[in-house]
Amino acid sequence: MEIKKPAVAGTLESSDCQVTVEAGEGKIDFSLDSAVINQYGNQIRKVVFETLSNLGIDSVRIAIVDKGALDCTIRARVEAAVFRSLEQTENLPWGGAIRS
Amino acid sequence: MINAVGRDIPDEILELTGKEVFHGNHYYDGYEYKNDGPKTKCVINSNGSKLVKSIREVLEKCEIKDGMTVSFHHHFRDGDYIVNMVMEEIHKMGIKDITICASSLGKAQDPIVPYIEDGTITNIQSSGVRGKIGEAISNGKLKGLAIMRSHGGRVRAIESGETHIDIAFIGAPTCDDYGNCRGIGGKSDCGVLSYAVADAMYADRVVAITDCLVPFPNFPAHISMTRVDYVVEVDAIGDPKKIATGAAKPTTDQRKLMMAEYCTKFVVNSPYFKDGFSYQTGVGGASIASTISLAKVMKEKNIRMRFGVGGLTKPMCDLLINDQVDCLLDTQDFDLAAVESVKNLKHFRISAGEYADPFNKGAIVNKLDFVILAALEVDVHFNCNVVVGSDGMITGAQGGHPDTAAGAKCSIVIAPLLQGRIPAICTDVTTVTTPGESVDVVITDYGIAINPKRKDLIKAMKDVDLPFKTIEELRDIAYSIAGEPQKVQFGDRVVGIIESRDGTIMDVVRQIKPFEFEK
Repeated sequence: MEIKKPAVAGTLESSDCQVTVEAGEGKIDFSLDSAVINQYGNQIRKVVFETLSNLGIDSVRIAIVDKGALDCTIRARVEAAVFRSLEQTENLPWGGAIRS
Repeated sequence: MINAVGRDIPDEILELTGKEVFHGNHYYDGYEYKNDGPKTKCVINSNGSKLVKSIREVLEKCEIKDGMTVSFHHHFRDGDYIVNMVMEEIHKMGIKDITICASSLGKAQDPIVPYIEDGTITNIQSSGVRGKIGEAISNGKLKGLAIMRSHGGRVRAIESGETHIDIAFIGAPTCDDYGNCRGIGGKSDCGVLSYAVADAMYADRVVAITDCLVPFPNFPAHISMTRVDYVVEVDAIGDPKKIATGAAKPTTDQRKLMMAEYCTKFVVNSPYFKDGFSYQTGVGGASIASTISLAKVMKEKNIRMRFGVGGLTKPMCDLLINDQVDCLLDTQDFDLAAVESVKNLKHFRISAGEYADPFNKGAIVNKLDFVILAALEVDVHFNCNVVVGSDGMITGAQGGHPDTAAGAKCSIVIAPLLQGRIPAICTDVTTVTTPGESVDVVITDYGIAINPKRKDLIKAMKDVDLPFKTIEELRDIAYSIAGEPQKVQFGDRVVGIIESRDGTIMDVVRQIKPFEFEK
């Protein structure tokens, strides 16, 4: 899948994160601003890359502002941002590319 | 060298400070020493007052010079103007290399950060530091070492002469022209002046700064004229709105209320809950809620408290008003109800020394049955951290945490299992401030852990319906939800030390390092 149009998911509330995706330049361009970067920065990056890989995305600019979201929240926000960018709101691949 | 809580204290820090590593709570029990004493400039003549026109003039009279130690107290909390007004003048005079010995520093003192950066202030000794000063220290801006001491530990350092104060500045809500200070009666009331008592007794020069000059004698004095050299009248010593707030509304946070319920149930079922018990609690939402729910049970069971200690807030003072406690012993007032209660004849002012000093002939904390505390982190060894944030930044203060935890028969720490994503229960705290040997019970929203050393408490709770777990189980639950946190990466430079009550080194704080992703 290919990211074409910018999209956002999530909020800046405590325990949430806001994910912004934009068209990439042939690679995953990841940036993170997190309240818990010292303890969970590497883990958050791992979760984001795994989620993008499941979705078949290998070219994207993805920026995350994290307020201490758990992994499940981060995954959900990344998936939502990607599908919003693709303007796909129906027939989402539950249990497929969107892993439980 | 590894200390009694397993922390490796670098040899160069031991050499630099001449300190020993922490050997356990009672290492210095029975130790004999001779008190340090102040230089005293006698006043025998009976003409004149002690009034001086300005801070500048009083600094000149006190012969301020490079390298001196000046002290402050923190009863005005976030509303304090004293530290900034004195340090600004010292800075204007071009004085360098000042050591600040404060009972605590917080956001109110953010404006002194530039004086740290330009070398006006090169050493800081405090209960802790919040706000921008904490960030400055963690970023390595302070030339010397920051020393974090508990309230009791500070008095020990002063009376043993480890810290000798050249000039003490005492913010006095009311004062007469001869230096009798009181914490009440003015426009910036803070109730008591407990933390300033040691400063007044041991500093070479003592300056009272007031915004409410009253006719002599301002009695009963909280700080006596016999200890005060000069009095300066200024427009305002603080912002009353930030000194003592209106009573905090009791929390409606269900998680905190549940932990408060657990706490009360634990207290009530422990062997110390009987007529004549003693109690201290902090000012966190859950701690205050436990006082309120405990008061109910006391009424139902017709049990009376002998004395309450604090750091006082309205719920503690209500115990006095409702005749559920014989007396209150007060070191600091957090709200207007507590300031008002100071006028009650059974509400006694105590000095920080009487409260918590381990190097006198016995302090009040040793007579405590219960203390209810909070913590940023508690580890599986029951060590607590109340000074350094989980991100490595200095962001809190020891206060009376290590003192009361060491003294009380039953020390209870309440902490939500997760603060956002950060586990409050972890394998190793970022920095040890209170040793696990002082901590008996940890209460979280996911369960309660009793320190395995307290077999008596475990036995007493055998048939009590509370969600008991081991501390390791609590940590595992936290990690299963949030993931195991990585250890914060610090730089090499030690920027501060966490001093134990007895002056030994509990832990060190290192300079913070910007985060980098693993390759």
